Amino acid sequence: MELNARVPAGPLAEKWDNHRFANKLVNPANRRKYRAIVVGTGLAGASAAATLAEQGYQVQVFCIQDSPRRAHSIAAQGGINAAKSYQNDGDSVFRLFYDTIKGGDFRAREANVYRLAQVSNEIIDQCVAQGVPFAREYGGTLANRSFGGAQVSRTFYARGQTGQQLLLGAYGALSRQIKAGRVAMFTRREMMDVVLVDGRARGITSRNIITGEMESHVADVVILATGGYGNVYFLSTNAMASNVTAAWRAYRCGAGFANPSFVQIHPTCIPVHGDYQSKLTLMSESLRNDGRVWVPKNQGDLRKPADIPEAERDYYLENKYPSFGNLVPRDVASRNAKEQCDLGKGVGSTGLAVYLDFADAISRDGRETIFKKYGNLFQMYEKITDSNPMVEPMMIYPAVHYTMGGLWVDYDLMTTIPGLFAIGECNFSDHGANRLGASALMQGLADGYFIIATAVANYLGTNKLEQINEHAAPFLDSRRGCEDRIARLLKNSGGGPAGKCTVDEIHKELGRLMWDNCGMARNATDLQAALEELPKIGKKFWDHVYIPGNTREINQSLERAGRVADFLEFAEIMIRDALTREESCGCHLREESQTEEGEAKRDDANYSHVSVWEHGGDGAPKLHKEPLSFEFVTPSQRSYK
Amino acid sequence: MSSSINLTLKIWRQPHSDALGSLETYTLDHISTDMSFLEMLDVLNEKLTKEGKDPVAFDHDCREGICGMCGAIVDGVAHGPEKEVTLCQLHMRHFKSGDTLVIEPFRSRAFPIKKDLLIDRSALDRIIQSGGYVSVNTGGTPDGNSIPIPAKQAELAMDAAACIGCGACVASCPNGAAMLFTSAKISQLALLPQGQVEGKERALAMVAQMDSEGFGNCTNARECEAVCPKGISIRNIARLNREYLTAVLSEG
Repeated sequence: MELNARVPAGPLAEKWDNHRFANKLVNPANRRKYRAIVVGTGLAGASAAATLAEQGYQVQVFCIQDSPRRAHSIAAQGGINAAKSYQNDGDSVFRLFYDTIKGGDFRAREANVYRLAQVSNEIIDQCVAQGVPFAREYGGTLANRSFGGAQVSRTFYARGQTGQQLLLGAYGALSRQIKAGRVAMFTRREMMDVVLVDGRARGITSRNIITGEMESHVADVVILATGGYGNVYFLSTNAMASNVTAAWRAYRCGAGFANPSFVQIHPTCIPVHGDYQSKLTLMSESLRNDGRVWVPKNQGDLRKPADIPEAERDYYLENKYPSFGNLVPRDVASRNAKEQCDLGKGVGSTGLAVYLDFADAISRDGRETIFKKYGNLFQMYEKITDSNPMVEPMMIYPAVHYTMGGLWVDYDLMTTIPGLFAIGECNFSDHGANRLGASALMQGLADGYFIIATAVANYLGTNKLEQINEHAAPFLDSRRGCEDRIARLLKNSGGGPAGKCTVDEIHKELGRLMWDNCGMARNATDLQAALEELPKIGKKFWDHVYIPGNTREINQSLERAGRVADFLEFAEIMIRDALTREESCGCHLREESQTEEGEAKRDDANYSHVSVWEHGGDGAPKLHKEPLSFEFVTPSQRSYK
Repeated sequence: MSSSINLTLKIWRQPHSDALGSLETYTLDHISTDMSFLEMLDVLNEKLTKEGKDPVAFDHDCREGICGMCGAIVDGVAHGPEKEVTLCQLHMRHFKSGDTLVIEPFRSRAFPIKKDLLIDRSALDRIIQSGGYVSVNTGGTPDGNSIPIPAKQAELAMDAAACIGCGACVASCPNGAAMLFTSAKISQLALLPQGQVEGKERALAMVAQMDSEGFGNCTNARECEAVCPKGISIRNIARLNREYLTAVLSEG
């Protein structure tokens, strides 16, 4: 597998301009002759589809839900970063670039991240022009806030629903192109396979979720915008349908998968409360601006929080990190919460929670001020837990939130398969080993609105593609392969459910294995054990899973089974990736790689690279490395003491 | 505090669009009051699966009240008895042991049932496609701060823009109207300077599309507002009417 990132030459600030000039274009009159497939309608997919259609390409768009407006980007709360420097507080494109690459613990490509910072400003202008109702100052200008510990106020927001508003903007742009006839929209479709002809991506096989039919779609380029794989852990903040299937199918066709073990675990989520729990709910990080995190000093202290005197509380973040206190970055906050619970000091019915206490803030600033700041979050918390944070401390625990790993792409966002592009969360590119708050929305829209069209034009302008149709052998083979796989999934279901297991039972078992062994803190022994355990769960799935119903109808159990089957395979490269990265970096502590004070120790001498996994057929996956070199910034070690 | 309850469920079962449906009765014991309504349905579906029966099909995705995918009529009320929540945000502590719950899909002529509680709401997408956007291409837009918008105006626009497109308004309206949904988008754009240029065409096109999909009209029953999980006000319908009338009168 050749990993040529094709980073343009020249000074950092000129690379994107140089690249755009050097790239080939497609004449406007010729664009209608080309067809692009976009899979996924989140921020990246919807914006890419709309932009390509506006430019004149024929576009076919696929989404798993009943409407393109439901993609999981809609759930992003906090905001979107841009280097506008409207607040005159020292921000710049370079500073946004630097913060993003440093936040990613120097495990991303300089050129990509710089381009992201460059186009960030255009994103805001675009969204404003679409009528996205961003928060405003009384003078009518756009409001900003500081987010996730940033030293400048560069985050634009629309209440706590920024993702929703940006997505509806992109959905509007997409809807306009559907009306214009330049986009054909296919809802309730699940991508089952990428179809390669002569080594190039030339289409997909999809399953119609309503009728169960396998369908072939032919195109000149295929763009995956299919999101992250956090649901490999079963419990995460992701939507229920978020899955790895599209990316995993691409991997099986030869696309490299980069840094699969890089997963962001968000510190402030509502704790798990029972076996039946289906997902975890994120509470905004902004709560840590006023809340104090603590646990009882003594193990197994079951008293109510109000009955635990001040002297018997351990405000562990404030004690351990005096200069950042409760505002340490996400990974540090998450890891420490887990550490306290592992020591037996966790609270709540499961012992897997820590307190986030607003009592001091309320007595300092008054009830009214605190309620005004966090009222909507407190109400959301109370709806779920039946407990009022104005009266008793919140309970929080870390949860899987975002996956930085994804399909490897070059500077043009193309995977190792020619003609197959990956944008948004489903690629690995810009966030390194850790993503900053309010950067996911920025990356999704940067890829979709401002980067992908240039890349697609260059690919089409430099490659001559044969005319083909869906009767060509590769399409027939792919359809047959997908049908066979569904038949295999259903093979245990004939004799009824006795002695079998359900899809969710196996998914939960996989989730526990991954959370316990490939979560926030990892070590070789546990990872090795997980690698041995994983095939047993896989075998149990294929030998004993029971799926009710048939293929040619709406069958939600079958849909889930297909996704879980892919998660089971995908988990292997996640564990292998974590095993081979013997350094602590970004979101993850590798227990063997710590400083004397027990903090994460990065190892630039040996691990300043992107780990890229290649499908090995029946054999083990192969590891390739894309070295990362830093010409314009000097990697520094983080310190929050 | 968490406790557990026993329930009787009467759920609408319909194998596909063309089949006749009926209410089937199920009993479900030991339901934790900390569960969400959809988690309760998950538990039921696991139980049905293990009994060799067909699980209940229902739409859902984010499970935090923002994607707009879930929804059902619970005891006659869209999204159930709690105010301003979607079905996924409704928790079982709002029910008592021994309760019988009747669970039906959102019903409307324009929302064909595909299976059980799962419906086709693509009519709402087509209303947006007819004009629910500002016709601006990607690129070449002016600086974000070049169009000052009063904070109050932006907040009002945001109130309308909060619509999640779940269809509860349609299912609750005695006329099967999609006026609250349509008006939310028309209002958002009518309140902002960006939406002015195409204001008239938008109002005419979206109302025409709404009518052609088979949705009814508004008679101020206010059922939509009462069940809207995002608290969207029927003031937006007044704005729609004003936009529409202005367009009709000035288009002559």
